[in-house]
Amino acid sequence: MARRLAPNAPSRLGQWLALGLGFLFLYVPILSLIVFSFNDSAMMTTWSGFSLRWYKSLFQDAALLNAAWLSLQVALMTATAASVIGVWAGYVLARKGKFRGFSLYVGLVSAPLVIPEVVLGISLLLLFVELDSLFGWPGQRGMFTIWVGHTTFCMAFVTVIVQSRIRDLDRSLEEAALDLGATPAKVFFKITLPLIAPAIVSGWLLAFTLSLDDVVIASFLSGPGSTLLSPEIFSRVRLGLKPEVNALATLFVGAVAIVVLIASAVQRRQRRFQS
Amino acid sequence: MSTRLARLRSDAISIAPPFVWLVLFLLLPFILVLKISFADLKFGVPPYTSLTELKDEALSLTLHLRGYLLLLSDSLYVSTYINSLRMAGITTLVCILIGYPMAYYIARAPERIRHVLLLAVILPFWTSLLLRVYAWVGILRSDGLLNSLLMNLGVISSPLEIYRTDLAVYIGLVYAYLPFFILPLYATLVKMDLRLLDAAYDLGARPWRAFLSVTLPLSMPGVISGAMLVFIPAVGEYVIPEMLGGADTLMMGRIMWSEFFTNADWPIASAITIVMVSLLLIPLIVFQVNQAHRYQSQGGR
Repeated sequence: MARRLAPNAPSRLGQWLALGLGFLFLYVPILSLIVFSFNDSAMMTTWSGFSLRWYKSLFQDAALLNAAWLSLQVALMTATAASVIGVWAGYVLARKGKFRGFSLYVGLVSAPLVIPEVVLGISLLLLFVELDSLFGWPGQRGMFTIWVGHTTFCMAFVTVIVQSRIRDLDRSLEEAALDLGATPAKVFFKITLPLIAPAIVSGWLLAFTLSLDDVVIASFLSGPGSTLLSPEIFSRVRLGLKPEVNALATLFVGAVAIVVLIASAVQRRQRRFQS
Repeated sequence: MSTRLARLRSDAISIAPPFVWLVLFLLLPFILVLKISFADLKFGVPPYTSLTELKDEALSLTLHLRGYLLLLSDSLYVSTYINSLRMAGITTLVCILIGYPMAYYIARAPERIRHVLLLAVILPFWTSLLLRVYAWVGILRSDGLLNSLLMNLGVISSPLEIYRTDLAVYIGLVYAYLPFFILPLYATLVKMDLRLLDAAYDLGARPWRAFLSVTLPLSMPGVISGAMLVFIPAVGEYVIPEMLGGADTLMMGRIMWSEFFTNADWPIASAITIVMVSLLLIPLIVFQVNQAHRYQSQGGR
């Protein structure tokens, strides 16, 4: 039966206004970064001609490039570890049912989603200081401690994504494999894992971006010589505008756009393949 | 019996690893914060006294309440707490006002457009928040984009002072957390059974009436989830007030940061942390109960 139009067709004007202004609000800052990264002037108000000078000075900035390289390494390690632990935790939550300590498990997994990053940063720093004074380990704070902090923070996001995906899965596929004599481990790797792969990929990407973006945890957990990109940018820009940062932001947006385009193309191909 | 025991053990092993990680790097550190909040300030590394002391073969435990007493006695801390809660609350309200219509219209858009619009909401997530907040510096400064636009249009004759004020922090907070409100609300609205609206119309309800008595109540779980996802992190936000706010923009994240790094007063920083987390626990519990409720209403899958 054809549904009547009325409930689904809200006022056109309201629709345009709400969405137009909303998206304007979300995108004007990003667009302004892109436009002014090509501006010859250091001002963000006057356009004095097209120039790539900020890109040039970006690529000559050794401290920034160094920080970017470290950040990339930390983000790759974080995303991978957070995906492994997050998938594990998501699977446990979705499939193991109520066991003793279940509520504690749920609470701990979801805590990083809502606890302020400052709290996570302080508490982990205290842990490492305490461990160091007790066992002489981990000594100097650096990539390892940041990686632990980022992994703890990011795994929660992977868990949430993976958990809801596993809940949506058709259980009968796994049960059929079990009936046919596959071991639970084999069922997980041959059936469950491929089915939740898209969720793992988006969890991995989210963890990667969260790690790259984090200022607070990295500031608490970094030591001398381990400055990451975001804290470095933060300490530079908190006192004013730095036009090189516009260029950096534009490169970020460009990279994201490419990843999103590839991801949606892959998805479209998969969908065509499935149908 | 032995096989059951073996199964139990293998179950425990398969459940344990993420749990161990979380206990080690989330629960244990938090217990440490609690411990240090009861310590006294000491000159040295680490800069706090130990709670337990072995003297004359007797273990003694001393709890210092200095951190907590300071929190209560110094009006700066109390007003910071109130101010943080107020700023997070207003941010949440503004997110509801802007985000509800957006989520609503996206959920009711034709399916093809819906996916594009939803992607457009998610997309900013994937670019650096730090850099997007930084963009607002260029927009809001007295010589920034907004002021030069308004002055060229002749709307104002002298630049508006927004950058380094509370208003700039509000703009930054709403900007950063708006997608967190839109997404859960969208998920609720898109799952709504539209036949209920048909029924309301059949019974003679006008569009607004139908919205107020059908759509709005049904979307409340989404509104609450979204509001919590905005409110809770906004209370502890550090980067946005630091980048856009003035020296007098008091927020807990900033105070914790400066007590920790500038004043190196770890006990009081820990006490601030403990009080803040306890204050946040109330909305957190509301959130959890709400989630559980939603979970059950979806048939407890």
